[in-house]
Amino acid sequence: MNAMVKPELICPAGTPAALRSAVDAGADAVYCGYQNATNARNFVGLNFTPEEMEKSIRYAHDGGTKVLITLNTFPPAGKVELWKEMVDLSARLGADACIVADIAVAAYIRDTYPDLRIHLSVQAAASSPEAIEYYVREFGVKRVVLPRIMTVSEIRGLLKEIPCEVETFIFGNHGLMVEGRCSLTNYVTGQSTNMDGACSPAACVKYERADDGSMSTILGDYMIDRFGPEETAGYPTICKGRYKCDARDGGYYAFEEPISLNASTMLPDLINAGVHAFKIEGRQRSRAYVKKVVAAFREAVDSIMAGQEPRLADLVALTEGQKQTEGALKTKKWR
Amino acid sequence: MNPSLTLGPNLFHWPAEQRIDFYNRIADESPVSTVYLGEVICSKRTPFFDDVHLPAVAERLERAGKTVVYSSFSEVVIKRERNILMEWSKQEGRDLEVNNTAALLHLKDRPHRIGGLLNVYNEDTMAYLAGQGATHFSLLPELPRAAIARLGEKARELGVGVEVQVFGRASLALSARCYHARAHERTKDNCQFVCGDDPDGMTLMTMDEKPFLTINGIQTLSYGYLDLMADIDDMRAIGVTHFRVMPHTCDMIVVTRAFDDVLAGRIDVAEGEARLRELGIEAPFVNGFYRGRAGHDWVPRVTEMA
Repeated sequence: MNAMVKPELICPAGTPAALRSAVDAGADAVYCGYQNATNARNFVGLNFTPEEMEKSIRYAHDGGTKVLITLNTFPPAGKVELWKEMVDLSARLGADACIVADIAVAAYIRDTYPDLRIHLSVQAAASSPEAIEYYVREFGVKRVVLPRIMTVSEIRGLLKEIPCEVETFIFGNHGLMVEGRCSLTNYVTGQSTNMDGACSPAACVKYERADDGSMSTILGDYMIDRFGPEETAGYPTICKGRYKCDARDGGYYAFEEPISLNASTMLPDLINAGVHAFKIEGRQRSRAYVKKVVAAFREAVDSIMAGQEPRLADLVALTEGQKQTEGALKTKKWR
Repeated sequence: MNPSLTLGPNLFHWPAEQRIDFYNRIADESPVSTVYLGEVICSKRTPFFDDVHLPAVAERLERAGKTVVYSSFSEVVIKRERNILMEWSKQEGRDLEVNNTAALLHLKDRPHRIGGLLNVYNEDTMAYLAGQGATHFSLLPELPRAAIARLGEKARELGVGVEVQVFGRASLALSARCYHARAHERTKDNCQFVCGDDPDGMTLMTMDEKPFLTINGIQTLSYGYLDLMADIDDMRAIGVTHFRVMPHTCDMIVVTRAFDDVLAGRIDVAEGEARLRELGIEAPFVNGFYRGRAGHDWVPRVTEMA
């Protein structure tokens, strides 16, 4: 481990306040998006106006932190102009990179702003050396954010084959659908994850308490889960719900339990493998959450780089359903 | 251009004999002009059919006058999938339909088709891919009419084909995890091919017993069957050139003849739809995506759509 590259810590910023917290807590870079369908967390009360983005970029740059702008949805035909405008704006405001998924958006950046770095979003679902090489060859992609489906040894192998940097998720939401290839929300609600940046939109959510004390969580016309009186009801994300099928008695988590990725114990292995950047998920999370998680991982990465045992803060209280997993990183048995 | 009726790739894990019989019948009795063959969901399934029977089935269909297109994997991760994809990409003589960007690395400046599992949402992406050799685009099921109209316009300008799925369960999501194996408390590596028990997929119901989604290995499909028969004239007007029906265990000869008769104007939509409803499919028909609504909706066609 003597020629280790120090990975950048990439932190979520759903609001200007969260961005300042992340910068102050030692983020190497923050990622954030605009208040429209151009980013995959297009939720009410989140994201940045152009003015906020301008000020936030200045704040981040003054603190030595980069700003990566998420333009990681897929413009539907007839609406590509909005995505191009957001690229123009990002270039004008001095963004350090744009995180993109759609070929049209990537091609526009390459043609119009050849000096603006392109990071390939996890939404592009590039999960093989060939897919990644395609995006590097065509658009000069500088970094790929890997889907959360690879073991550390697979990542190590991949890094030897591809001509760009690699960013992996280390903490936060642990969805099992291939990102960028899921239209479950659109099937239920009429709002699309890929085109509108919506995932189980709050406006379509209902909680219904029954006489027996059970609580049903409902999205559109479908019950996503039903919780006993003693259980804490979670948010009705389709791929985190409980369902029934002929092979099972009673409800089961057909896709994945409500559980969070926490790769803190895998950090030395990931650094050793040569990963260039660690991503913390959670633009929908509070400023306090961002501050705590960023500070904990700043400390951990710095300790490892200094050859010390990292003091890993207990982050389980911050995870979804207070349950955590190393996800795919440790073993492929989860598949 | 005359509209074409196509048979999409079989997404499910049917026994080899059943598949061979199925395609023999398609060759003899179905009016489809094009048949897509090849495993697109799970590379573990290929030893049963693709690796053994595919060339003979393809030739049989071609002798019956069908165009055969090979459809390729949607998820490409492990070495074996990468190798198979590379071999398929080099193959001469038949078009390859691409469902993962990994294939595009090998296909630059060679004619190929873009499958309905690859993300082409807009006219700029379509033009980009056409510039590199894509000649035909099968569109994503979730696209609304407004987007399809813009893509149809661009396709005409580029001289490429546009295909829309008009029948069968719609693909909604892909994963690296096998949900069929999970339902049976197994892992993907130890799946014992339980997906073969469910030739139209495994129904997932909500906790209050409402059928919701369909599991097919790593794929999640709609429970409802797409039926866009009533929109065929409208789609032709906005530039759709090919209409895709997806294989299911219902009588696909009846299905393909009904669509062909409607396309050719031999029967009206009401009669065609009546035939589909006599097939004994338990699941409801859906058309919400095309109408810009939730995908599980059925929106009766009233008058002119916006």
